[in-house]
Amino acid sequence: MSIMEYNGGSVIAMVGKDCVAIASDLRLGNQALSISSNFQKIFPVTDRIYLGLPGLATDVTTLRERFRYRVNMYTIKEEREIEPETFAHLVSSTLYEHRFGQYFIEPVIAGLSKTPSGGVKPFIAATDIIGCLNFAKDFVVAGTASSKLFGVAEGLWEPDLEPEDLFETISQSLLNAVDRDAFSGWGAIVHVITKDKVTTRTLKGRMD
Amino acid sequence: MNTFVQRFAGSSASKELLAGNASITEDEDFSDAAWGSEAGFGSLARGVPSFMVPSVPDPASFLRLHTDDHADPSCRIKIQHGTTTLAFRFQGGVIVAVDSRATAGSYVASGTVKKVIEINPYLLGTMAGGAADCQYWETYLGMHCRLHELRNRERISVSAASKYLSNLVYSYKGMGLSMGTMICGWDKTGPAVFYVDSDGTRLKGDLFSVGSGSTFAYGVLDQGYRWDLSDEEAQELGRRSIYAAGHRDAFSGNTCNLYHVKENGWEFIGNYDITTLHYDGPGNVAGSPGHGYGYDLRVEGHSSANPPPAAAPVVAAQA
Repeated sequence: MSIMEYNGGSVIAMVGKDCVAIASDLRLGNQALSISSNFQKIFPVTDRIYLGLPGLATDVTTLRERFRYRVNMYTIKEEREIEPETFAHLVSSTLYEHRFGQYFIEPVIAGLSKTPSGGVKPFIAATDIIGCLNFAKDFVVAGTASSKLFGVAEGLWEPDLEPEDLFETISQSLLNAVDRDAFSGWGAIVHVITKDKVTTRTLKGRMD
Repeated sequence: MNTFVQRFAGSSASKELLAGNASITEDEDFSDAAWGSEAGFGSLARGVPSFMVPSVPDPASFLRLHTDDHADPSCRIKIQHGTTTLAFRFQGGVIVAVDSRATAGSYVASGTVKKVIEINPYLLGTMAGGAADCQYWETYLGMHCRLHELRNRERISVSAASKYLSNLVYSYKGMGLSMGTMICGWDKTGPAVFYVDSDGTRLKGDLFSVGSGSTFAYGVLDQGYRWDLSDEEAQELGRRSIYAAGHRDAFSGNTCNLYHVKENGWEFIGNYDITTLHYDGPGNVAGSPGHGYGYDLRVEGHSSANPPPAAAPVVAAQA
């Protein structure tokens, strides 16, 4: 069986009007056996950047710590917070350093970057397991339910969604996609990032 | 239009069709061919089923190499595998409970599969392994059970029916049939459950569970099973066991179908959504605990994160 399906799990991120959303399921499995319904795959990097790490659970923990270390070093050296674009390249090069012995993770990045005029610009990106960056304007998906997430998101997403509507769109996309995937599900969590706050909600999902 | 000239001058195909018609006209207005695939009976319309086999010197070894067999998990032809089915015998008859998920790899292909095959009003078969294999051969078994009734003026025993099936699948051993089934019913000897699989195994027993989720179901089943279970308790045990499997096993879930075989034949008890069972329980039905089966709900106020108020501290008597 594929190592990417060993623990299961999926992440999706979407762009809205001056906001972004990132969501994941909460399952941790050991192949067909579901172990936990409270396994976090999305972590805050700064106040305005969230990182989703679907894939092999041991690498979720390792990479989470590795990125925390690297972002802290960046912050100390530069004496400022990292921007989403910069962080995406940090993710990409961290993964490519392991080109010949990969981490089995497909990271998803969602954040708001600062514009010169003082506003914010939504930013999402995803990479493959060795760091090939994919900057999308609409949505990015990753994990065992990625093919299903593509289908649902393609049908539900529309441009310039307000935060509440974006929450509804990403929630429905995730919930319906993971119901068609044997390795994802067991609850879900959604973060909506806006200029002045991050709203986090846990969703009641199917438990089978 | 059935003229003398047409009958003998047509193409060979139409001649065959007419000849076929002629042989049936005594009792039928239409030939089986008129209904498409032999009136839906396929090759059974002629009594004995016949199958196309690969045109190689040894079809059995060819199929063993290329079809799904637990000897070789990396084969090319994959069939539905994830399932939980269970059946148990008790004082009040037989309880048959199954899930309804069909998966193709990690894709949940369907959540509304009927895995209980209603062979006839007093025999049920369960479906695990190849869906088509189970459906076809258990329907075929139903045909032969009816023939047995007509010939012997008495219902076939569960033992005889299951043996018919096991002998039948054994004759196809090595050809890639995949089925793990429980034949359940009530006959002269009372309630009966037989496990039959495509290896040719046939076992009589009180309690069986088959499929990828069977270990989870057995866990609940073994813990709650006894012969003198009431009807309500038994139905609840079946439901609860399938819930446990649907919850923990990635390849089982969606809904639970529950049947109860009694002296006068089987009865469909209900269809229960596994997620509804988790959060709210089976609802207002016999044997319902009145709340969800979910762990978080059951341990509310009794978990490490949310413990019950500590028992009053024991104050040592002081001098």
